[in-house]
Formats: sequence, structure tokens, C-alpha cells
Amino acid sequence: MRGATRSILDCGDFDETSFGEPFAGRAPGRPKKARSPLGGRSAVPGAGGAPLTALLKVENLQVAFRLHDADGRAHRVEAVGRGEQGISFEVPANTTVAIVGESGSGKSVTAMALVQLLPRNAECSGRVLWRGDDLLQAPRAHMQRLRGHEIACVFQDPMSSLNPVLTIGEQIAEPLRKHLFMSRTAARRRAEELLAEVGIPEPQRRLDTYAHQLSGGQQQRVMIAMALACEPQLLIADEPTTALDATIQRQILELLARLQAQRGLAMLFISHDLAVVGEVAQQIVVMRQGTVRERGSARELFAAPKDAYTRALLACRPRLDERPRRLTVIDDVLAETEVATPVLGVDVDVDLNPRRADDDDPVVLQVDGLSKSFWLRSGLLGRIEFRAVQDVRFTLRRGHTLGVVGESGSGKTTMGLTLLRLHDAASGPLAGRVLFHGHDLLALAPADRLAMRRRIQIVFQNPYESLNPRFTIGQTLVEPMTIHNIGVDGTARERRARDWLVRVGLDADAMHKYPHEFSGGQRQRIAIARSLTLSPDVLVLDEAVAALDVSVQAQVLNLLKDLQDELGLAYIFISHDLAVVRFMADDVMVMKDGRVVEHRRTETLLAHPQEEYTRRLIGAVAQGPATSVRDAAEATAPRP
Amino acid sequence: MSDIDMPDFASTSLVSALADMAPMRRADGVWRSAWRRFRRDGVGMVSLAIVAAYALLIACTGSGLVARHWQDEVGVPDARPSFVGPAAAPPPGVALPAAAAASAEVDISDVDPLAPRYAEWDARAAQYHAQVRPIAATLPFGGDRLGRDVLSKALKGTQISVSVGVLAAIVATLIGAALGALAGFFGGHVGDLVEWAYNVLTAVPEILLFFAFAAVFGRGISTLVLIMGLTGWTGQYRQVRAEFIKHARREYVLAAEAIGAGAGARMFRHILPNVSHVILARMSLLVVNFIKAEVILSYLGLGVATNQVSWGTMLAESQSELILGHWWQLAAATIAMALFVTAFSLMADAWRDALDPRLRGLR
Repeated sequence: MRGATRSILDCGDFDETSFGEPFAGRAPGRPKKARSPLGGRSAVPGAGGAPLTALLKVENLQVAFRLHDADGRAHRVEAVGRGEQGISFEVPANTTVAIVGESGSGKSVTAMALVQLLPRNAECSGRVLWRGDDLLQAPRAHMQRLRGHEIACVFQDPMSSLNPVLTIGEQIAEPLRKHLFMSRTAARRRAEELLAEVGIPEPQRRLDTYAHQLSGGQQQRVMIAMALACEPQLLIADEPTTALDATIQRQILELLARLQAQRGLAMLFISHDLAVVGEVAQQIVVMRQGTVRERGSARELFAAPKDAYTRALLACRPRLDERPRRLTVIDDVLAETEVATPVLGVDVDVDLNPRRADDDDPVVLQVDGLSKSFWLRSGLLGRIEFRAVQDVRFTLRRGHTLGVVGESGSGKTTMGLTLLRLHDAASGPLAGRVLFHGHDLLALAPADRLAMRRRIQIVFQNPYESLNPRFTIGQTLVEPMTIHNIGVDGTARERRARDWLVRVGLDADAMHKYPHEFSGGQRQRIAIARSLTLSPDVLVLDEAVAALDVSVQAQVLNLLKDLQDELGLAYIFISHDLAVVRFMADDVMVMKDGRVVEHRRTETLLAHPQEEYTRRLIGAVAQGPATSVRDAAEATAPRP
Repeated sequence: MSDIDMPDFASTSLVSALADMAPMRRADGVWRSAWRRFRRDGVGMVSLAIVAAYALLIACTGSGLVARHWQDEVGVPDARPSFVGPAAAPPPGVALPAAAAASAEVDISDVDPLAPRYAEWDARAAQYHAQVRPIAATLPFGGDRLGRDVLSKALKGTQISVSVGVLAAIVATLIGAALGALAGFFGGHVGDLVEWAYNVLTAVPEILLFFAFAAVFGRGISTLVLIMGLTGWTGQYRQVRAEFIKHARREYVLAAEAIGAGAGARMFRHILPNVSHVILARMSLLVVNFIKAEVILSYLGLGVATNQVSWGTMLAESQSELILGHWWQLAAATIAMALFVTAFSLMADAWRDALDPRLRGLR
């Protein structure tokens, strides 16, 4: 109880001293303080009644990259800070501070600058004070001692952060032996304790496994265990849950919040999703285009956002409790603020009577008893059948959207690919019926399959992967029309491709560019345009917005809605995020282990979930401080 | 750039300046943008110039403009290079046998039955004009055992060696890339079949394969190209197969399948341009390796025909010459080969970097 009280006091002080002053007001020409000797350690802040100084203090930090353009000319790109103005914020001891922003806002660059892990072409200026020492001036050897020992990092993709040829135990033991000079057996014992602490079952046995034998969530737990191995005072978590499912994300957030409370850690949490951040952070820094737009305590920021951009970020995330006609996008809110007088509590274009999908619409797709198995090799010549999808049945009408939700491994993507026959025939048996305008797609001869391909299309999850890097956008869009002989000649096809580009909200200039010149959201628009050039009846959207920033996600979801209204498309919307499905889908099918466990109207399902699994999926949707995992963690965890 | 109405002579520079300034300029094709990146690479450009010079040289020797008379005896046997100077005169103590015979000459015309016909024969002989070619004591870069010009031999040898290396590399790359694409893309039984062929071939020592093919086909340039092409594709095959396995499951290929692209289009139109840098890098290594292999084969007597010259045959000849201190043939072949091989490797490396899509925009 005492701990909780002090935590609140900390926040109060923090607000008054640091967040009260105008953050942009630091004069750039201010004389620098003499560098404190690097060996000198200041007292741990907040401990034993010492004055409350910040553990980490960033003052007017600016980062720029020296780059060469295509013709070899050097130029500077500002990643953090604009002009004279850098960014400033503080991380007090025993507090979680979050940096929120879209991709390109400079949030990850900021984090990397703190621990000096930027590539060599980066130029930093300003000051990063770690307990009084300026890290930007610190020698390399000092930084190496600091990283992993006092400041630890957890990154987005646990699979690529773990070394595939070393066991988990060896990897956790490495920092222990290097920084704390533990013996082999002591390090192993400590590694086991750490695994237990981050909630991995049977830690003794897990020590000898390799990264690929663990699930994504477990891998991230191992990464956290490694980061905590040397008892750091600051944990930098750079999008630690972005690559994970909603339910796993929730578990990791709970774990981080619990560990932070238990150990009195300071944590710098970086994310693009304000709702996720609201659940773990006490302080939030909102960044956009390299500058700080707003900062303050999480509660205040959610209750009364001062900056228009913060309001826009809050508004653009789909919510579980309402289904607007369209989602708010950043530009709407910003434009509105600049033109009209700023209003608190934004209320933008929320149509409380969403379009009702009509039950009399014609059926385009009827799936009955769809099953798909894969052969897994077992032993020398044997094989076993793995049932990825079992007995899926649904009916899809014109202009309707079927949401398919489930954790990863639930078979939802396999189901989508099976509808398009995108699996090798040799990969495993296929059963059931897929009636598409009266033809059974699964029984079609290979020659007839091409005509079917045209009418049922797919958009994949990762826009960075799904476009051929060697094709111009024009080639990408014209290719499907050439294959299916749509349009009389090349120029007609090109004209059609241009039309589609404009319809999905891109410039017709884009025809001659390559995918790498576009952002993730733009690429996803191109991928959508490619599917639509064939005028399909059914579009399978396989986690089509999962890899996008929340703000871009809103734009793409709006585009999909508009296209559906305009063209009468039927969508099969596969996602792990129920909030997004809630916005898009008329019916929802919940999948678990290849089977459908629940299939009902979206509103009914959300209001009265029948299955425990569905309730868990709904509970995993991040909704800001309202569902904060921190409060629960603080209430249960005793302070050390 | 406010004044757009400029005279014609300045318009091209204006257009290019505008194109450079405009952030949204029209993107170039894959090859053109690769060339733009290549041009920035100083080492790459120098090596490209050297390789181009070799190509020009090969064109000249091939058309007979240069080194057509490489087989002629233009110097004394083992003529020394001009910059070293002629061989020292033989020591005076050794007299020639002809001089000794002249001193003991006796008049036998009285008893010679052929004496009356000498005058007639002399008259007939005068009708013919004998031209004695002057034999040089030194040659620009020395001569070989038969008095042939080493420089001409090196130039002609360059033509043979480089064309053998490049042609063999093309054959090996075609075989390796085609089989690798098939095995990697389809996998399953097709993959197993090709993999068995690969395993059987690599199980046989390479030099044994060389001997076997040489015994079947006989000697000559086309034989060399075939031998090396048929035995050297394995590395290319493995690498292309690995790349195709990786790319075949990538989402852009799946997306191409979803829009109805057939297997051939996916393999060659979608995947191949994305792995072209790997194929090119391996092919450049093959060129270098095959030039070296040709040297070894010619040295072993399995290489080019006896009336042809290559760097390999030059090196084989120079082995016995070196014992006598005649180093110039070895030096000529070695310099020509080292310069080409180095320049070619560096150039291929620069091309690889320029073509790799992942390296785009870095630097």
C-alpha cells in the first residue's frame, strides 16, 4: 500500500517539475554544464529520501542521418528534432514513460540514440544524462558496460533478436557471466530463476531449447528475461508487442507491468498504438515528425488531450463499444482544428446508424465442411496428418463482410489460402465444398481455375513483402489484366491501372515508381488496387491492416469500406484484433485450433460471448487506461 | 529555376537539372538505375575500363587486326626482351666448324665431272630471288624457343583463354540456373530428381570428369567450353536453388499466383530478376575459375589444340624455359591473366552491389 502511495506522489512531482515547463522552450545556445566524471555515480533517485532527480534526462536531443541520394550527393535527414529544436523528456526512477508516434516520427531513433546503437552515419547533438553523465559524450567502453547492465533493451521481433544456434540458457547466461562474472553453474541457476519469473512453464527444461522451439510470446518472454538478467535500472522496450497477437500482447504487457512494479524498474516503452501505451505507461510523450507534440501523465492525456494530433491518434483507433460509419483519420482532426476553433472531446462524423447489411443480398460464396490438412514428415518415410482447418462452414452475401478472428495458429490464414487454392496439391488432403456462383471451386479442373482466380482475390498482411520489388507499380497493376485478357491493349490496361491508383487514393505518377519508394500504407493501397483490377466478387483480406500504424490503419479501413459500398464487394476479413473486426464485419467467426468455435452477428458476439476463448479475445483489445494492466499489477505485486 | 523559357542549347541541362531537383521524378528501369549506382563506384569503373580494353583487344585479335602472325619465327630462338638487350656474344675460344673447313679448301675442278654445268646452274639460280627475312636478336617482350614473339602470343592467348572462360561460364550458368530454378521452385519429386543428378555428379572427382569428357570429345576450344560447362554448374545450381526455395514462398510470389500467374511467369518474370544479382556474382566467379581451369587443363595437355595458343599453353612452355632463365613468357602470361582476372572480379562485385535490391537507397 505504501508503495502505491509513493508512486502517485512521484507522478505528481514529475508533473510539476518537468512536464509543467514548456518543453520547446529550451534555448539551444545555453552554456553546457561541465561534464561530470563518468565514474561518479549519483545516488539512486528516489531512494532513501534523496531528491527526486530523473534517472534519465534527455535535453534537446537531435539526431540527423547523413545520406547519399541516387546521384551520390550527400545530404542530411533530420530524424529527431527539427531546425534548432530538439526533444526533451525525463524518465524518473520506478516509472514507465512511453513514446508514442507513427512510423517516421523518430521514436525508435530516439531510443537507439539513448544507448548509442545508431548506425555510423548518425549525428547526435544535445544531452542524454544518465544519472548525471552525458551518454552522448561517453567513451565506447563505458557504453558497453552500461548496455545490458544498467540499461537493457527489448526489441520488436523476438525471433530475429534471438540467436538461432544457441540455447535459451546459453543466451541468458551470457550477460550474467560477462557483466556479473558469474560461474557457469551460478549463471545457469540464475537463468532458470529468470525464466520462471517471466512466466515460462518448466524453466529447467526450457533452458536447453532453441529459439525456434518456442512460440512468439515465449520468445519475447525470453528476451525480457535476458534484458532483466543483470538487474538493469532502465528497460527500453521498442514496440515489444507489435509483432504479437492481441491475446499474447496482453500477456506480455501484463508481464512488463508486473516486473516494473515488482522490481521498481524505470521503463521507456515505445509504441505506435496509444491504446496499448495507455495500459502500461504513467507518462506519455507523443511524437510526430521528430518533434514532441504533447507530454503528460497517461490519465490526463487520455482524459483531456491538449494537442490536436493526440486527439487524432485517440480518435482513429476502432473501438469495441461503437461502430462508426467511418473511422476518424489524423488529417480530419488536424484540418478541423486548424480551420475551426479547437473543441475538446472531438466528435467527428460518428454515424450512430451504421449501414446494415441486408440479409436479402445474393449469396456469392457458400462454404460447407471445408477441411485442409498438411502432411508432416515423421521418421524416415512416414508422415502424419496435421489438421489445420476442420469443418468450416459459412455463407457470404454480396456486400457483406465476414470477420474471422483467432490467435495465431488457429487456422484462419490457412482457411483463406484454401479458398483461393493457394496451397500445393501435394501438401495435404482437402475436403468440403466451396460453392461460388454455383460452381464448386475445389472440384474445378486446373484449366478452369484461372477464370475463378479472377473473381476471388486476396490482400496479404505484409505490404513490404507482397509487392515484387523489381516491378514498377504500373507493371504490378497491369500484369493481372494481361493474364486475364482484360482491356483491348496495353494502353487501355494502363489507363485502367491509373484509374485504380487514383481510386485507392494515390497519385497516377506512382505508375513509374518502385515499391520501395512508398510507405507501408501506400503499398497496401497498391496491393488492394492490384486485386481490384480484376473486378473480383470476393476479397480475402488476410490481416491486411495488422502491419500498419494505427493512423494508417484507419485510412486503409475507410478505403476498404468505401470500395465495398461502391462495388458491392464481399470481404472475408481475417484478423486477430477484434476492435478492427468490429468496425469491418457484419458476422464474426471465431476460430480455435482449426475449428470454428463461435459464429454469430458481430454485435451479438461482442455483447454476449458464449465461449471463454472469445471472452479472452475481447478482453485482449487494448483500450487505454480504462483497462490498464498496471493497476492490477501494482495491486498484486508487493514492492521489493 | 524560375525562368523556364530558356534557349534550346540550355534546355537539356535544364531538363536534367530539373529532373535532379524534382523529388518525384520518373523512376528508371532496373538496369538503368543499377548503372547509375555502378557509376558512383570508382573501383568498379576502373575495372570496367580494363575489362572493356580486354574486350576490344579480343575483338582485334579475333578479326586478325592484331597478332595475326603470332606463329611466325621473327626472332632468334629465346630472343630476349628489347628492354633487357641482346644475349651476350659467345666466348671467342669456340670456333665454328665452317671456318675450319674453309681453311682446307682444295681446287678439284679438273676432276669434277659436274664442273662444266656450274655456270649454267648459276645462271638459272640467278632467275630466282631468295628473300631472307631478318631475324631479330631481341623482341619487344622476348621470344620463345621457336623465336615467336611472346607479346603476340600473349595477345592471341588472351583471346582464346577469355573466350573459353566466358563461354564456359555462360553454359554452366544456364544449366545451373535452369536446374536450380526448377528444383527450388517445384521441390518435391522434381527437386529430388535434380538433387540426385547433382549428388552423383559431385561425387566424381572433378579432374576425373575433365579427363573423361576430354577423352570423348577430343581437343579444341568447343570441347573445353563443353567440359567446363557440364562439370562446373553445380555451385550455381545449389545457390539458385536455395534462392528459389526462399523466394517461392514469399508473399509477392503468392500474390502473383493469386492473380493467376502461371508457374513459368512466377519463376522467370517474378523471382528471376530478384535473384539476378546472385546469379551474376556466381557467374563472375565461374569466369575466373574457368580461366584458371583452362590453364591447368592446357598445362596437362588436355586443353586447346597444338596449333593454338592460350595462357595455359604459354605457362606450360615456360616451365622448361624458366630453368634456362628465360622468364619473359611466364611473365607475359601471368600479367595478362592476373590483370584480367582481378579487374573482372572487382567489376562483377561492383555490379552485384549495384543490382542488389536490398542495398538500394543505402550508402
